[in-house]
Amino acid sequence: MSTPVEMPPPATGPGSAAPLLATEHVSKTFGGLVAVNDVTFEIPERSIVSIIGPNGAGKTTFFNMLTGLYKPSVGRIVFDGKDISRTRPDRITTLGIARTFQNIRLFATMSAVENVMVGQHARMKAGLIGSILRPPKVRREERDVEEKAREMLSYVGLAKSVHDELAVNLSYGDQRRVEIARALASDPRLLLLDEPTAGMNPQESDRLTAFMRRLRDERNLTILLIEHDMKVVMGVSERITVLDHGEKIAEGDPIEVRANPLVVEAYLGKQG
Amino acid sequence: MSALLAGTPLKGRENFAIAVVALAAAALLPLFFDPLSNITNNCILAAAYVVMALGLNIVVGFAGLLDLGYVAFYALGAYTIGWFASDHFSSVDGGEGFHVAAGEFASNLPGIHLNFLLIIVVAVVIVGIAGMLIGLPTLRLRGDYIAIVTLAFGEIIYRFAINGDEINFAEGYKLTNGRQAISPIDSIDLPFFAPFDSAFSLRPFYWFCLVLVGVVLLVNFRLRDSRLGRAWIAIREDEVAAASMGVPLVKTKLLAYATGAAFGGISGAFLGSYLTSVNANNFTFGFSIFILAMIILGGLGSIWGVAIGAILLSFINTYFIPDVFNTVPSKFGLDFDLTILNFGIFGFLILLVMVLRPQGILPERRRALELTEGVGAGDAIEVRTP
Repeated sequence: MSTPVEMPPPATGPGSAAPLLATEHVSKTFGGLVAVNDVTFEIPERSIVSIIGPNGAGKTTFFNMLTGLYKPSVGRIVFDGKDISRTRPDRITTLGIARTFQNIRLFATMSAVENVMVGQHARMKAGLIGSILRPPKVRREERDVEEKAREMLSYVGLAKSVHDELAVNLSYGDQRRVEIARALASDPRLLLLDEPTAGMNPQESDRLTAFMRRLRDERNLTILLIEHDMKVVMGVSERITVLDHGEKIAEGDPIEVRANPLVVEAYLGKQG
Repeated sequence: MSALLAGTPLKGRENFAIAVVALAAAALLPLFFDPLSNITNNCILAAAYVVMALGLNIVVGFAGLLDLGYVAFYALGAYTIGWFASDHFSSVDGGEGFHVAAGEFASNLPGIHLNFLLIIVVAVVIVGIAGMLIGLPTLRLRGDYIAIVTLAFGEIIYRFAINGDEINFAEGYKLTNGRQAISPIDSIDLPFFAPFDSAFSLRPFYWFCLVLVGVVLLVNFRLRDSRLGRAWIAIREDEVAAASMGVPLVKTKLLAYATGAAFGGISGAFLGSYLTSVNANNFTFGFSIFILAMIILGGLGSIWGVAIGAILLSFINTYFIPDVFNTVPSKFGLDFDLTILNFGIFGFLILLVMVLRPQGILPERRRALELTEGVGAGDAIEVRTP
C-alpha cells in the first residue's frame, strides 16, 4: 500500500470533511474506445487539485463529464451531495461548477463585458416579458449585472480600456482572463480550468498561479486544474491525480507523484 | 450615415429617435394619396411584411436558427381570424352566431366573431402552441437539421390548408376552405375608433399596421439588449460554451422561436382581415423564402436593415415587378408576364447581395465582423443561406 497514498485533505480550512466533488467508478466509452476507465476521485472543499497525464489520457473527457457535456457511461458524479451524472450542463453551472476551455471558447463577437454578463445568465431572473417591458426591476438587474461583470474583469486584471472591446480583438492573454472572469461570473464553488497556462510565458504562468491561490483564499473557491506545465502543477496543487490511457495511475501530493515510478513511466516511457 | 452603414452600434435613445421619426413620417405618407390609392395598399403590405421579417429576425438573425417554414405561422395566424372572425362556423349557437365585442356589422352575422384585439391574443396562443409543438423536438437539433424540419413543418401546414376543405368535423364544418378561401373576414373594429372599411379608406389599416411595426421594433430592440438577447447570440456563436455558462439551450431557443412565431401569427391575422379572405394558395414554401430574403437583403440580425430589406422586397414584389418593369419582356419581343418570374428575380437579388455585400444593406456589427474577419463559427448559417 505505498501508492496511491490516501492523504488527509490539506489543512486549508475547517469543515473539509465531505468532498465538494466526488466521482465513483466513472467510465466513458465512445463506441469501442474507452476514454475514461473507472476513475474514482475526490476534491476536498477549498483545495487546488490537478489532473495531469500525457496527451490523450482522457483528461478533457473527464472534465466534460464533470460539466455535463458528456454523460458517464458508468459510474456516478456527486457534487455537494447531489448526483449530477445525468444533469444538463446549464443546471450543473447553476449548481456551482464553472469552467474554462482548453482552446478558448469566448463568444467572439460579443464584448468582454457581454461575455461576462452571459456568465451570469443563470443568476438572472428577467424573462421574455420582463425583457420586453423592462420594468425598474429588470433595469436594475441589468445595471447590477453589468457592474458585476466589470468588477469581475478588473478582478482578473483586464484593463478598463478594453472592457468594451469585442472578445475577438483581445490579446491572447486577455482572452484567457475574460474566460476566467466569465466562469467566475456564475458564482461557482468549483472552478475547472482546462490548461489555463497554454501559450503563456513563464511570467504570465507565475502570475496565474498566484491568481489561483488568491481565488481560493479570497473567494473560497475550489479549483480543479488540467495542466501540462509541471512547474505550475507542482507549485500550486495540493493533490495531483495522474491519468494515463483513461485510468488513474497515481494520486497524491506533488512530491509523491513526482517520485512515483508509474508516473515517470507514463511520461518518459519504460527504462531499460 | 456612413457610421450606420459600417455597422457601428447605435445607442438606445438614438434608435428610439429614429423609430419615432420614421414611424411619424410613414404615418403621414398616405395623406398625400387618395384614401383608396394603390400606393397605400402597397404600403400596408410592406408594413405587414416588416412585422413578419422582424419576427423572423429574432429567430434567424438573433438566435441563428434557420427557419425555412415561417409561412406556417403566417397561415395559422390567418386561419385564426378565418375561424374566429367570419361566418365559417355558420351554425354555431343555432345559426345565431357567437360574438365577443364584435363590430356592429359583424355582430348580426352567424358564425364566431371575436374582436380583432382578441383575435390577436388567440392567434398568439395558437401560433405559440404550434411553435412549441414543432420547436420542442426540433430545437435539440443543430443548424441545418433545424432548417430541414422547419421546412417540412411549413409544407405540412400548407398541405393542411390546401386539403382542409375535405377535412370535416362537427356539423360538417371544414377545417379550411382550401383554395376556395374563407371569406369574408370581419374588418378590424377597434374600441373608440370607427370601424375600418376598405371600401372607404385604406388609411386606418395602414396606421394600425404601423402600430404593429412599432411594437415589433420595440420588441426587437429590447430583446436584443437583454439577458435573452445575449443568450441567443451566445448560442449562435458557440452552443457548447453557452450551455457551460448556464444558458439552457432548448428553452432559450424555444423562446426565440415562439416570439418570432407570434409575430408571424399577428401579421397573418392582420392580413387575413385586410384582404378579407384566407386562401390556402398564399401559404407556399416560397413565402417563407420571401420573408427570409428580406432579412438577408437587409442584414441578418440588423433591426433597421431587416426593416429596410422588407420594405424594399415588398415594393419590388407589389410595385416594381408588376407596374414598372412589367413591359420589359415585350420590349425584347417576348410574350410573358414579368410577375411569373418574381421568385427568379428575388433569387437574383439575393445572389447580387451575396456577391457584392454579403453582410446585407445595413449590417449588424457582429455579422459584419464574422464576414469580414472570418470570426464566429459553429453551425452558423450566414453565407450558406439561400
